[in-house]
Amino acid sequence: MTQPTSPATGAEHGKAGGPVREDAPVRTRPPLGLRADVRNLSLLGVLAVLVAVGGFTRPEQFLDTANLQLVLTQASVIGVVTVGMTFVITSGGIDLSVGAIVALASVWATTVATQEYGFAGILFTAVVVGLGCGLVNGLLIAYGGMVPFIATLAMLASARGLALQITEGRTQIVTVRSVLDLGVPDAYVLGIPPLVLVFAVVTAVGWLLLNRTTFGRRTVAVGGNPEAARLAGIDVRRQRLYLYLLSGLCCGIAAFLLIVLAGSGQNTNGNLYELDAIAAAIIGGTLLSGGRGTITGSVLGVLVFTTITNIFALNNLQSDVQQIAKGAIIVAAVLVQRRTAAEH
Amino acid sequence: MAAPEPPAGPATPRPPLLTMSGITKSFPGVRALDGVDLEVRPGEVHCLLGQNGAGKSTLIKVLAGAHQPDGGIITWCGEEVRLRSPVAAMRLGIATIYQELDLVEGLSVAENVFLGHEPTAAGFVVRGRAARAATAALLKRLGHPEIDPACPVGRLSAAQRQIASMARALSHEVRLIVMDEPSAALDPDETDNLFRIVADLTADGVAVVYISHRLEEIRRIGDRVTVLKDGRAVAGGLPADSTPTREVVALMTGRNVEYVFPERPTLPATGPPVLTVEGLGREGEFAPIDLELRAGEIVGLAGLVGSGRSEILETVYGARRPDTGRVTVAGRPLKPGSVRAAVRAGLGLAPEERKAQGLLMLESVTANVSVSTLSRYSRAGFLDRSAERAAARAATRELSLRPDNPDAQIRTLSGGNQQKAVLARWLLRGCKVLLLDEPTRGVDVGARAELYAVIRRLADDGLAVLLVSSEVPEVLGLADRVLVLREGRVVHTAPAGELDEHRVLDLVMEGSPVRDGRPVTEGSPTP
Repeated sequence: MTQPTSPATGAEHGKAGGPVREDAPVRTRPPLGLRADVRNLSLLGVLAVLVAVGGFTRPEQFLDTANLQLVLTQASVIGVVTVGMTFVITSGGIDLSVGAIVALASVWATTVATQEYGFAGILFTAVVVGLGCGLVNGLLIAYGGMVPFIATLAMLASARGLALQITEGRTQIVTVRSVLDLGVPDAYVLGIPPLVLVFAVVTAVGWLLLNRTTFGRRTVAVGGNPEAARLAGIDVRRQRLYLYLLSGLCCGIAAFLLIVLAGSGQNTNGNLYELDAIAAAIIGGTLLSGGRGTITGSVLGVLVFTTITNIFALNNLQSDVQQIAKGAIIVAAVLVQRRTAAEH
Repeated sequence: MAAPEPPAGPATPRPPLLTMSGITKSFPGVRALDGVDLEVRPGEVHCLLGQNGAGKSTLIKVLAGAHQPDGGIITWCGEEVRLRSPVAAMRLGIATIYQELDLVEGLSVAENVFLGHEPTAAGFVVRGRAARAATAALLKRLGHPEIDPACPVGRLSAAQRQIASMARALSHEVRLIVMDEPSAALDPDETDNLFRIVADLTADGVAVVYISHRLEEIRRIGDRVTVLKDGRAVAGGLPADSTPTREVVALMTGRNVEYVFPERPTLPATGPPVLTVEGLGREGEFAPIDLELRAGEIVGLAGLVGSGRSEILETVYGARRPDTGRVTVAGRPLKPGSVRAAVRAGLGLAPEERKAQGLLMLESVTANVSVSTLSRYSRAGFLDRSAERAAARAATRELSLRPDNPDAQIRTLSGGNQQKAVLARWLLRGCKVLLLDEPTRGVDVGARAELYAVIRRLADDGLAVLLVSSEVPEVLGLADRVLVLREGRVVHTAPAGELDEHRVLDLVMEGSPVRDGRPVTEGSPTP
């Protein structure tokens, strides 16, 4: 798929009058998003530097297999959320409610009543609650004409409130063995935790969806120029609805991963996930104004943030320092992107 | 949906492909189409002519399925149809090439060409290679094989975008193509290429609806002409090559409404110039221009959209940075490209997009009028609200703004009174030169006379006024002196009294050589 069809066969062309340019085709873009990969290279570089820093400051702990597994597992939950967020942002929208939806889905799926239905019950509930919240967001935004910021802010407040109401502030311990078993080292496939595998699958599906399907193409078009998309015959409203549904679905999956990871459901789950997911997507190279998105970049962004958190924790630095570093990285990444954008 | 029939044979009076009759369309406050008739035959180039605001854009949006008409009948191949959406129009074989808004910059050429109808496998997986190959073939057919189908549209030149738009139209099974001023962004060579493409299409029986301001183009490729004016078709199916220019211009301008203009002062303004513009130019927008304005004088710039008139105004005001030349106000040169400097020196602009660029729509009249002079009513940062209100009231009374209530919400005012609020703002600031960009846009015909009187009174009180309007009679009636612009160049300067509307439109549309000799838009001489 990386071979671009070259239009260079135009040598015999030249009918009446028109200026025919026979020069070689202007190769203005590396085939198929390689450009985006170049942009991602700088993030990969940052990641490499971080790994080096971790390796030097805490050689035994950081490079330990168990620690790397932990980093990836932690990245999985927020990573799945970020994949959905990337789609929404690419379409010119925003979803502030992801953290709250994760919280609501995780507590709904771990009530005593739900746990009676075992593994399937928990998974099904998490996904359906996520989809349900996404549906409400999508309907309000696409058909109710609400601004995404407001609609999802309202969802943030209500979903968190509902989560608190369900739990009454208590931690709901999971007793279903098959769910908990997914988190223990015995379940690792070739040393890879199942949660990380889920993240990998979501990433792969997300990448294909964005880059290889009409759905992805339409997402970019709606974000880049909604009027052009409408004139091209795209049902812009339905597309928007689907996008918030997709984000909700990702939240549901993430909630399930979190249940496995924590062995419980809590109404404080997913706190500030919306900010982490937006930040990861933005430093990955997705335009906050829409029209351009990259799943690879978002995933790298998630890994960068998770690795920083891990290194800081290993070095006994407080979370306040972490937060400051995160802020600095967001600013630096966006400034670098602005410069590269200006060059092109 | 009717299955597309093969194009009709060569038998001469072919049945029409498309008939629109009695099409009406209203937007809040505007009747954009007031019973338009249009008939297009297969294989013809049907030109649509009309001044700005005549309804051309609305009509083609109706034809593209992007607007739903309020009334009227559309017949396609003899059957009545309703174009409920852009998709419905495309399915019939109607493709539209808009001037700008239909490309997504972040997507590649191929992705844009097939946006909404991508070749797919399994219904949703895009076959990117197939799309790029098909796009390459289309680009080659259009004479531009050098455009890379994988190149993002954001990196194409204006002319290449035009080609991409056209490739997109041709990617459908198309029987009628609507082109909205396709040559506006093209240089003469590329225009020749465009005409070759149009000729190829019509030879295949495809009909083309061609919109242009350039009469000479219409003579070259057009078969028949329909003229729109004030939302009505005032003439349909005129022969393109033999209808005299004078007749076409008369059809475009014949007016029902006579404007009432204030008397001009009997004596021409004397005294030193307040505003001097020397060799001011911007590459690709307008050639270096010289201009002098004296106190009490109104100078008008007449020209079509794209003639550079608004750009000149904005450059004088500092909102655009000039490539060459300078602006002097009352003998002191202005720092180029600085609105702050211009305002300090005494320039004021009433912008074209009044609601977007000029007014705080959610605020009161007072807040809108005082916004440029707030520091006068503040003490240690706190606003003296009664002083602010009094000052605003004095200024709005002078312009007889209605209602006479400084607390009224600006959005509740009529267009003419909103414009007066903008003028009051500059009046309060004590500006010397007023730049007016389309001052009567969105103002009722009845309220215009009053606005004209206000503008003339301001000039009589010693302001210099530079006026831009797409309404030629307005420029002629209001200004003392008129500069006629065509494609970024002043083609004529004369006292308004020596010009009439026909003469100006002749100048604007055919007044200078486009393709014999040097094209006027290119290679502005560098000083």
